[in-house]
Amino acid sequence: MKLRDNYQEAVKIFQPKPSYFLNSLKAFFVGGLICVAGQVLQNLYIEIFTLHVSVAQQMVLGTFILLTTLLTGMGVYDKIGQFAGAGSMIPITGFANSLASAALEHRSEGVVLGIASNMFKVGGAVIVYGVVIAYILGVIHYLFWKLF
Amino acid sequence: MKLVGKQTWIYENEVYLQAVATAVGPMETEGPLGEQFDVTYPDLYCGEDTWELAERRLMKDAVQVCLTKAKLEINDVDFFLAGDLLNQNVTANYIARDLPVPFLCMFGACSTSMETLAVAAALVDGGFARRVLTATSSHNATAERQFRYPTEFGGQKPKSATFTVTGAGAALVSREKSKFRITAATIGKVVDFGIHNPLDMGAAMAPAAASTIRQHFQDLKTSPEDYDLIVTGDLSGVGSPILRELLREEGYELADNHRDCGLMIYRTDQEVFAGGSGCACSAVVTYGHLLKEMEKGNLQKIFVVATGALLSPTMIWQNESIPAIAHGVVLEVVKGER
Amino acid sequence: MEYVLAFLVGGIICVLGQLAMDVGKWSPIHVMSMFVVLGAFLGSIGVYDWLVSFAGAGATIPISGFGYVLMDGVAANMQERGLLGIGTGIFAQAGVILSETILFSFLVSLIFKPKG
Repeated sequence: MKLRDNYQEAVKIFQPKPSYFLNSLKAFFVGGLICVAGQVLQNLYIEIFTLHVSVAQQMVLGTFILLTTLLTGMGVYDKIGQFAGAGSMIPITGFANSLASAALEHRSEGVVLGIASNMFKVGGAVIVYGVVIAYILGVIHYLFWKLF
Repeated sequence: MKLVGKQTWIYENEVYLQAVATAVGPMETEGPLGEQFDVTYPDLYCGEDTWELAERRLMKDAVQVCLTKAKLEINDVDFFLAGDLLNQNVTANYIARDLPVPFLCMFGACSTSMETLAVAAALVDGGFARRVLTATSSHNATAERQFRYPTEFGGQKPKSATFTVTGAGAALVSREKSKFRITAATIGKVVDFGIHNPLDMGAAMAPAAASTIRQHFQDLKTSPEDYDLIVTGDLSGVGSPILRELLREEGYELADNHRDCGLMIYRTDQEVFAGGSGCACSAVVTYGHLLKEMEKGNLQKIFVVATGALLSPTMIWQNESIPAIAHGVVLEVVKGER
Repeated sequence: MEYVLAFLVGGIICVLGQLAMDVGKWSPIHVMSMFVVLGAFLGSIGVYDWLVSFAGAGATIPISGFGYVLMDGVAANMQERGLLGIGTGIFAQAGVILSETILFSFLVSLIFKPKG
């Protein structure tokens, strides 16, 4: 079909396709690795500090968040992200990076109007949707429980 | 009549490129054309505190070197025409703040280089100015933070994404005889073929380039073979084949004499995805490299078509597509001039 | 064994995210938001509890785990206070994740400059 008559469809053959298999493979390995590292840390924290599992889980997340924000500040995380894609975006590291990178980027606009005001520019949606869905599901559960 | 056909100007009085200058950032310095730029910086901050100040530094350098090469002071310039990618054109406006010259700010996204050049030539040709200084700039970080994501964000860019060139180009246009003559220009129309993806600007801009190039050929009754080189600004690896196909459908075959600045400014092993983009792309490649090729005698007559995607994140979020525009200028070598 | 499961489950969840981006053409923000919603939903029907006991960190590290702890806090508080428990419980367990992210992001922004 002529390109100009049906551009949006016809142009697709010119648009490079993502390396589906390679991208998924990289995401699988990096994501899996991060989770394994988390499991190792979790067991380590339980062992060393004699913690309850849920507390150890929180500490592990905290560790990853700290690491991510540091790597973001050092200018390394974006390279990891380009390589791993969802492998670094889906773990808590992705959320932490979205806050840290936005805050860091707007440092030039000052501490209040820059860093603070822009921190949730990218990651805010995650919090909004988490809260909204939790409310909706909470209400649904309540109604269910009340009715049955 | 200096308007020929529908969209093309012929500069009947002889208008010349009196001087040009370029300033670039680290990736461009490391690219294949690195040695041909006037000012180079080893890091993105260009010695400044913020990205925006870095971009301003690049434009300032380009302007200063251009004037030095022409052996002129800023007071010798009648008008300043400039533009950049940022909101409110801050780079151009703040540079103009420091120049005691009447200023016309122009926004054409990545087509600004040829837009300013075409209009400057028209002002000089029409006797509205003796000397007009043009400038444009772009910066990878300022573009990323404004149009896409924070620079340290770990998102994965697709293969179709382009890499905004960090640099600035300036040109001085006058009636003073020089080696390079600006002979004609075609002003583009805004063209939108419905592409929504800001990470695939090549596909968004190709139709605009095709429209301007086709109109140019029709207005002047020329064809691709009449030019030693037809070079587009930043269609990149994705947009270039689309352009050729679009023109082929109109009966114009762009053979080996078509190249794209976005593909010339970086090496293939540099991590730039589909190629370079940004206002500076066409500016620094044309003023830094192509003119030198013309000086060496490798090129006689070139048609530089700068392509701009009129991208607005807000409009994208409102589900609008990306309109684009392309402006082209014909540059020719004058025999016997130095 | 728990390490293998953590690796596999975590990896698979990430692959789902990658496919959403590559095939579905979703943006990173869309993907992260959707996973939080899924985590909360699966948590509300008890499925994510099982996933956490099955895969450990393979379920708690992904962002869906964040949705899960939001829901967990809500469920726990609702048992005591009914509907009021939603608001008071929502950040009961997730609060530390959010507050640490905010704090560390803030501190990092003071110390470092973006490098592009």
